[in-house]
Amino acid sequence: MGWRTATRPRGRRRRALALLLAAALLGGCATDPPVPPAAGSGEAVDGSGRPVTLTVGVYGTFGLKEAGLYDTYMRLHPDVAIRQTSLARADVYYPQLLTHLTAGAGLADIQAVEVGNIAEVVDTQADRLADLAHAPGVREDDFLPWKWAQARTADGRVLGLGTDIGPLAVCYRKDHFAAAGLPTDREEVGRLWAGDWRAYLETGRRFAARAPEGVAFTDSASGVMAAVISGANPRYYDAEGRLVVADNPAVRAAWDLGAEFAEHGLTARLQQFTPDWDQGFAHGRFASIACPAWMLGYIQDKGGPAGQGKWEIAEAPRPGNWGGSFLVVPAAGRHVEEAAALAAWLTAPEQQAVLFERRGSFPSAEAAFGLPQVREARHPYFGDAPVGRIYSAAAMGVPVAPVGPKDGLVNQILSDTGMLQVDQTGRSPESAWRAAMKAIDNALDR
Amino acid sequence: MSSGTAELVARALPLTGPGAPGRPGAARRERLGRLRSRAAPYVLIAPFFLLFGAFGLFPLAATAWTSLFRVELTAPEAREWVGAHNYARLLTDEFFWNALANTVLIGVLATVPQLLLALGAAHLLDARLRGRLFFRVAALAPYATSVAAATLVFALFYGRDQGMVNWAVGLVGLDPVDWQNGPWASKCAVASIVIWRWTGYNALIYLAAMQTIPPELYEAAALDGASRWRRFWHVTLPGLRPALAFTGLVSVIGAVQLFGEPLLFSSGAGASGGADHQYQTLGLYLYEQGWVNLHLGRAAAIAWAMLLLLVVLFGVVRLVRGKGVRR
Repeated sequence: MGWRTATRPRGRRRRALALLLAAALLGGCATDPPVPPAAGSGEAVDGSGRPVTLTVGVYGTFGLKEAGLYDTYMRLHPDVAIRQTSLARADVYYPQLLTHLTAGAGLADIQAVEVGNIAEVVDTQADRLADLAHAPGVREDDFLPWKWAQARTADGRVLGLGTDIGPLAVCYRKDHFAAAGLPTDREEVGRLWAGDWRAYLETGRRFAARAPEGVAFTDSASGVMAAVISGANPRYYDAEGRLVVADNPAVRAAWDLGAEFAEHGLTARLQQFTPDWDQGFAHGRFASIACPAWMLGYIQDKGGPAGQGKWEIAEAPRPGNWGGSFLVVPAAGRHVEEAAALAAWLTAPEQQAVLFERRGSFPSAEAAFGLPQVREARHPYFGDAPVGRIYSAAAMGVPVAPVGPKDGLVNQILSDTGMLQVDQTGRSPESAWRAAMKAIDNALDR
Repeated sequence: MSSGTAELVARALPLTGPGAPGRPGAARRERLGRLRSRAAPYVLIAPFFLLFGAFGLFPLAATAWTSLFRVELTAPEAREWVGAHNYARLLTDEFFWNALANTVLIGVLATVPQLLLALGAAHLLDARLRGRLFFRVAALAPYATSVAAATLVFALFYGRDQGMVNWAVGLVGLDPVDWQNGPWASKCAVASIVIWRWTGYNALIYLAAMQTIPPELYEAAALDGASRWRRFWHVTLPGLRPALAFTGLVSVIGAVQLFGEPLLFSSGAGASGGADHQYQTLGLYLYEQGWVNLHLGRAAAIAWAMLLLLVVLFGVVRLVRGKGVRR
């Protein structure tokens, strides 16, 4: 575990040690590679021989490295070396990031934050993060207004720069749709449910009436619910920051719609991001799925060559945003200025366009939508669908809903505790809703 | 023990060398020498207690202290004293009682078959088998497997749609079982991973204990006309008592702290232990409170409740056995 405590006051160091100890005892263990040792001048010189080494801490396969952006930056800035540390699981990454932030130790110069956690980070860690609003090269107008607002504090500081977003579309299998007597052209399919998620349900019932053996209309009730909520405003919190999940009619409507999918047997009763779900893609067990831009690569990966040419993408009934990330710069870092410059560069429209082109992460920089890599992008696995155009349009229609500190947790409980039971065990929607609300109250300590 | 420790000991105890003979104060020296020889064991054992203090006692005390506050992972320095509130609320926390019940049920489901199987396996391994070494190594292989790897494989086995277990269940002509969501099925599945992992380990302990039983006892019993079964019952089992006590103790501690298997059993459930918390153990609930919900104070209280549970459990065992657990 890399610490940078050499110049920190004692008390703080002891607290950091205690916290890390607690973290190691209670939680998992860190896997960051060691930070290069500090030389006498206070500058890190690692094997690269460059005077400044910046570390970027991410979760999963974030894509910045894979898209070659670090290499490009290092070519442009011979004095900077970039190293990435990655934790595979986001649910392990986040508590560790908090531990490191509150301890002021063990941090990378740039850290990734998922949108479900960004409000909590902005709320509780503001004085531990650098303001990026005026970092060189950062222009507010480049970003989608709602994305920019999500990382802004009440007093106007901007603590995170948006990387990608998750605008929604619906991916569907042409072969299954054709077998059930539904149109297969993406424009026609889009018109089937345009404007209303209930029309998506009706399409599902039409599909079910003539469905091929062993093929459900969609993968999961939770997926439908998440997609519907992703376009609601407000969602779990109102503009004053109060938790309204229990009373918000939009949330309840999304819940009820998801439950209807389950009760009509329109789902394959899968849980997303489990091996069964992966196999569902491989075996073609469902005909459609609400797919944010970042899911395309996943579908292609799990669907494999067998799915080549079978998938298509149509517009979602209503625009929504599901997922996305930010980059933040901890104020305790030794190269805050250089890190802010790197974060600004990584999230600039040109680089976001490259990230989209190579990795499929959709830009949160509105200014990137007009760039040819985005505007003209087509996805060969999905029947050469004009993904740039479809997802840009979806992104522009996303409402500016407030995000709350526990958005990620609430989302997870609604899906994996509540709706999953309706879908997989046949629990009544009313009883599962009560269970979910109870679990939310317990988790949020209300 | 490291060479550093040895050096420390050597410096603390310049053992009776040719220590300046003929000088006055022999009595004092003798007293010193006695003191040294009395202190020696303590010095020798000190490294363990120093390490235990740093990595055992201190975290224990820190956890106890933390459990008296409302404290969040987002701001650990902002503590709010709540006294026994975190404990009091456990009494009415249905998620805690659910986790406690799950822990006990999975513990019984895992421990009892595991120890019985281990006893049987040890008995077989004790016999003159061809390729004994192979079987003994094979018995230990699951124990040497990482819990993460094993559990992920089991999760695939127990998959609802494409799992091997359900495939076999289908061959027998039964309906597929939902191993993730079934309240009993999921507990059995988690318990089966524990059984698979620990049976061989316990079997080897029993085997080692069996081999310390003098063969004359068996011969004498056989001469007296005792059947194989009676010999097992009256010679083997009494000889295994210390081993049985040890494996029982270790298994109970392991059962109360069960964590890795249920955490990884479903990649979609994480610390919640299933959609209805149907296999959330105390260890998982602690983790969920601390590292998912970020309530460090409540997590600390659960940790202490788990320790108290073990203490009470062993207290009861001592009472029941009257003379107490043999050491």
